[in-house]
Amino acid sequence: MVVFDKPKALLDVPLHYCPGCTHGIIHRLVAEVIDELGIEGRTIGIAPVGCAVMAYDYFACDMIEAAHGRAPAVATGVKRSDPEHNVVFTYQGDGDLASIGTAEIVHAAARNENITVIFINNAIYGMTGGQMAPTSLVGQVTQTSPYGRDPKLCGYPVKICEMLAELEGPEYLERVTVNSVPNVRKAKKAIKKAFQNQLDGKGFSLVEVISACPTNWGMTPQKALEWIDSDMIPYYPLGVYKDRSANSEVAK
Amino acid sequence: MIKISFKIDTCKGCGLCVGACPKKLLRIAPDAINKKGHHPAEITDASACIGCASCAMMCPDCVIRIEKE
Repeated sequence: MVVFDKPKALLDVPLHYCPGCTHGIIHRLVAEVIDELGIEGRTIGIAPVGCAVMAYDYFACDMIEAAHGRAPAVATGVKRSDPEHNVVFTYQGDGDLASIGTAEIVHAAARNENITVIFINNAIYGMTGGQMAPTSLVGQVTQTSPYGRDPKLCGYPVKICEMLAELEGPEYLERVTVNSVPNVRKAKKAIKKAFQNQLDGKGFSLVEVISACPTNWGMTPQKALEWIDSDMIPYYPLGVYKDRSANSEVAK
Repeated sequence: MIKISFKIDTCKGCGLCVGACPKKLLRIAPDAINKKGHHPAEITDASACIGCASCAMMCPDCVIRIEKE
């Protein structure tokens, strides 16, 4: 009996990510969910610009590459073209979703667009070599903040889940991480719920995954997982930020 | 009987599996080197493996396959 193997929705090709980058774990979780729900044939993924730009080479479902930050807009079009059949997800990093794509994500959430968004927050621009991102922590050293992020000069990190939770629109917002086995299990549960919500026609679901970037953080992979616990989670607390149907069921 | 296998050539030697193993059975092979030039992960005592799949859950590259017989 096979206890664990690569999911079918993830192609058997080597990933280009750096050693210890948790993008690979999150790719696998999305693929496992697609397998479990049996929706590979009707799923269309929207790849971002950033480290995950080559996600279209890794997922077995159909993929589209969107312009930088515009994945929610492309996903809206794909979903609306055949809402009953298409299952649409976007896979976006923080440089994509939280900076150049802020307008698209806010309005997709406000419209309660029936799509699933997987948002990878690693507090840095990975692909371009480790520049400061909108999500970089105060005091975090990056290529473009060599003395640490100074809020007087660069402002404060953007908390996407908290920000979107203020809107009436979104159905489901949750922040998870993948820095330990229990957290990987919780992340999978959240991603599955985000896809199930779309199948049930409930609307906009976003799962923010706190991810590690050992290369650009300048840490060993193991140390990077610990840094998530010690530095990132205090500023980006894990948890469900919005779950409209659960709340309305409680109210009943 | 647990059968654990590694796709050596996709392993990047990041060591996340090593930290995840509750029985501390895994290590980064100090002498072996794969096609990509990384030291791959290996199991020191396969008979002591409990098949919990924690290593496989943390592996970013789907290197590990686990079977129970």
